Parts: sequence; structure tokens; C-alpha cells
Amino acid sequence: MKVTGKAHRYGDHVDTDAIIPARYLNTTDPDELASHCMEDIDVDFVRKVQSGDMIVAGRNFGCGSSREHAPLAIKAAGVSCVIAASYARIFYRNALNIGLPIVEQPEAVAAIADGDELEVDFAGGVIRDLTSGAQWRFSALSGPAAELIEAGGLVNLTRKKLASRE
Amino acid sequence: MPEAMTITEKLLARSAGVDHVKPGEFVTCKLDLVLANDITAPIAIDQFYSMGGKHVFDPEKVALVADHSTPNKDIKSAQMVKQMRDFAREQQMPHFYDIGCGGIEHIILPDFGLVLPGDVVIGADSHTCTYGALGAFSTGVGSSEAGAAMATGEIWFRVPASLKFVVDGSLSQWVGGKDIILYTIGKIGVDGARYRAMEFAGSTIESLPMADRFTICNMAIEAGGKNGVIAPGATVEEFVSSRASRPYEMLSSDDGAEYEEVFEWNAADIEPQVSFPHLPENARGISEVGEIVIDQAVVGACTNGRLEDLRSAAEVLKGRRVAPSVRCIIIPGSQQIHLAAVREGIVETFLEAGCAVSTPTCGPCLGGHMGVLAAGEKAIATTNRNFVGRMGHPDSEVYLANPAIAAASAVAGKICSPDEL
Ligand code: SF4
Repeated sequence: MKVTGKAHRYGDHVDTDAIIPARYLNTTDPDELASHCMEDIDVDFVRKVQSGDMIVAGRNFGCGSSREHAPLAIKAAGVSCVIAASYARIFYRNALNIGLPIVEQPEAVAAIADGDELEVDFAGGVIRDLTSGAQWRFSALSGPAAELIEAGGLVNLTRKKLASRE
Repeated sequence: MPEAMTITEKLLARSAGVDHVKPGEFVTCKLDLVLANDITAPIAIDQFYSMGGKHVFDPEKVALVADHSTPNKDIKSAQMVKQMRDFAREQQMPHFYDIGCGGIEHIILPDFGLVLPGDVVIGADSHTCTYGALGAFSTGVGSSEAGAAMATGEIWFRVPASLKFVVDGSLSQWVGGKDIILYTIGKIGVDGARYRAMEFAGSTIESLPMADRFTICNMAIEAGGKNGVIAPGATVEEFVSSRASRPYEMLSSDDGAEYEEVFEWNAADIEPQVSFPHLPENARGISEVGEIVIDQAVVGACTNGRLEDLRSAAEVLKGRRVAPSVRCIIIPGSQQIHLAAVREGIVETFLEAGCAVSTPTCGPCLGGHMGVLAAGEKAIATTNRNFVGRMGHPDSEVYLANPAIAAASAVAGKICSPDEL
């Protein structure tokens, strides 16, 4: 699978309150959540983002609360992939579970500029910056994370597990 | 001779049914408790059904707590709480806690004896790491995983490497668990323990009462930690023995267990800490704070809403008045704590000092209700996060501190220590 889109750049420690402020947690509707995505650190994000675009951020992306509303909001906003230097662990698991593609690649993050046109090739494990011509490799997931992607997310995986118990 | 393990490794090995684990290994653990709250449970419940879930794996081992937006703050929140309440009834769950009987999840679960030493617990709330104070392994997950775990009773983990924080010596006046953890986060940063177990040890930690231990483990997530943990001893035994209705096991790290890094703090170096906006790592000693005028002071949350915390605030507020320019909000962490505070006369002290005392709720801690900040306002709070917009408007500011500092600041109208009153 390949995705292409424009980079939206953010710094280190983008927390889940920034991704989706708690005042909007009185709903679980992904589209409503998406309409407030990144609001407290970038009021223009929702207006700027186009389907396929990518969030490119520094260290510890998604730190803070466990709210799954955060990756849900990002996914429903049309973001095709998040590329960060590193992730907070609950966000990382949540993204895998709900099927929001995420890549950890600090060198790419250091080089990509806001607005660059990017291509991420998941099967090949390559990020290409179509604007600058640079490219970086990233390694495939292993262990339970790979199993999860293979099964098409946690819902499918758990459904199979429960069915096999009956 | 089996290989030495840390307490975190032992807890995971025990629950995975294996003799030995080491960092980096994947394990599947049987869960002793799965938790969700009124914000995370609705998604967990929807996912539970989409996964083909019919009955929770064990109604005794699932806890649902209405604490974030309760008493219902608006119609949408009311719908979410109702979904959780209906699910708890349908699944005949004995551990659903509504207003009037419960309180903040991380305070009531230990108080009601639902988490015990040796347990492995997950919760759809990042501060689930609080229960490490009991010698349990506990960590936060998202709603989908909580939903899956409600159905299956198990979850996978990658065994974390451990960091050890050794604190020795005696603490100065007005310094407690909150200051130890803010100091630690100030030293290592908000991702300094990312994916790691944070184990706290040393003579200072061993002499701490339960309330301070819960506060320390509560904020492990604020350094990126997977779990916080303190080896249980006599203090934990005394706390759980009257509350436990099932057997428990007190584990501790072996001599020779491996740590990725060991940090040593001298308790005497730790002043009361204040974490400046907008990250918990921006911690400074109270003597370094300077002049910060505040509009609001909040004492409460899963970090510092325990009876000991209220007593500490009351000691400072007794016979004093909150500054006319400050709104001081006190939120007991549970119905039981609220009642005890009434009986001890603490609530009277608060009311006489000009504080507003609320029924238990997370409320302002996450900027939900009961004390939301306007643009440009500053608050000192005993909560655990000071991210942009955490307590309200994105242009407001939150300073984190312990209850005595928050109470003294409420009186002075600016951030200060009780010694300066
Ligand atoms: S008190 Fe604050 S940190 Fe604790 S569970 Fe509630 S919202 Fe989360």
C-alpha cells in the first residue's frame, strides 16, 4: 500500500489534549471529533488538511491521556499516515488497533519541511519526499503489532479469537 | 538458580503463567481487572459488541466508573454515562460506580480493595499506572483494547526495561510524593521513561504513607512510563489487609535484577515543586518560582484528592481567607473521602476560608466542567497535567503543585509556600 499527501509539521510532545481537547469528549462520533482535530495548537489544521495528507511530528507524539478519540480524530480528518520521531506508547497501540498508519523515522522527521509532498510505501518500507527528492527506509512491524495489521485491526483479531473459543 | 527479575518482570511473568521474562519479550497476560470511565467506556462498549462480545469475561473483574463528566455536565455527556450505566446493568456488573457512591476511578479502586498486590490491571485511562503503589502492574490502554479485554480477559504486552529511582534521606516540611515525582519528571523529561517501568525505592519511599505512593505512581505516565511501581511492604499490607476479599501476593525485585539506569535523589535536595506551563517537566523549586499571580486554585484529582491531601490543604487554610481575587475549588476524590472530611471538620475549614467544595469529579482537571479557565487566566492545581488548554481556554495556564502549596497560593493570590504566609 502507498499513500501520498502533503506534510503538516509539528514539534515534540504533541499531547492528546492538543490533538482533541477534552471539551469535545462528550461525543464519540469520528467526524465531529475530526472537526476539532489539532485545534489548540493549530486552529487552521482542519481547514488546511486534505484527504491523504500526513502529520509529521517530533518526539513523543500522542503523549498524555489514553483517549482513542485522538487517533480517531486524526484518521477521520483524512490523514493517511503519521510520521514521528517517536510515539507515546498508548497512542502507538491505539493507532495500530484502530488502523491509523504510523511510522517512526526520526531522520525523515528532521528533514521534511512543512508542505512537502510525501509518499509512504508501507510494503516497501520507504518514505519519499517528492519535493526534495530525499528518501528514508523504515522497518516493518514485528510481533503482536504485525499480527494486528495482518488481521486488519483489533476488532477483527478479537472476533476471530472469540469465535475460536466457542 | 533462576535469573534475577525486577518486580515488574515478576508481575508480568506471574500473570503470563511463565517462570521468567525479560525486557523486549512479548507476553500475553491474564487480567485481574479491566477499567473504563464515562469518556472511554462508550467506545469500548461499541467495540466489545463489534468484536462479537456477548458477556464480559468475568463481571467481577470489570470496573466502570462515572467520574469525568459527572454529575452529567451536558446532554451529550449524559448520553455517554447512560450507555455505560445500561451496559453495567445488562452485564450485571457489581463494580459500576455512579455519583453518590463512587468518586475518581484511581482513588476508589484501591480504596474499595479492587486492586491488590500482585495484580495485573489495565484501564482505559492513562493514569491507571497509579496502582503500582500497591505492588501491582497496571497501565493505561485505549478504549478498543479495554473492549477486547472485557471480552477475552487478556492482553499482550512487551516486557518493559526498568528504570530505578532511589530516594534517600528525610523530606523537608511541605514536601511529599507530589514533589518527588515532579522533581523526577523535571530531571528526566516527559519522555524520559518512555516505554519503561519506573520503580521507586530507597529509605524515603519506604517511609511514605500510601497517599504519597499513589501520587508518585499516578504520574509515571507524565514521564512516558509504562507503569510506576513500588515494592509493597508493611504500609501496603496494612492498607490492603482490611480491604482485600481475595488472596494477594506481595512481590519485590530480586537482588541482581537488571535496570537500564539507576537514578539517585537526595530527599533533602527536593523543595516543594511547581511545574510551569505547558509540560510537567518544567518543574522548579518553590524558591525559584518568582511572582505568579493566580486566578484559581484547585485541590483534587486522582493525583491529590485523598483525605491526606485535603488535610494538608486544610492545615494551611485553617483560620485564613482565600484572596478575594482567587477562586479556590476543593474536590474530594470520593464520596467516602468527602464524608470523612465533613466528619473531621475539614470541609467546615474550607467553607469558612471561602473555598467552593464540590462533589467528587474529575471536572476541571481535564477542563471538563466545575472550574474551566478563561483566556489569559492562571491556575495552580494539584492535578497532573498542564498541557495547552488542559483546564480550559488554550490561552490559559496551569501550574502543578502539592495541596499545601496550592492552598497557600489561594490565600496569597500568588504562588507561594505556606511559610511565606
Ligand atoms: S482526575 Fe484528571 S487525571 Fe485523574 S482520571 Fe480524572 S481527568 Fe484523568
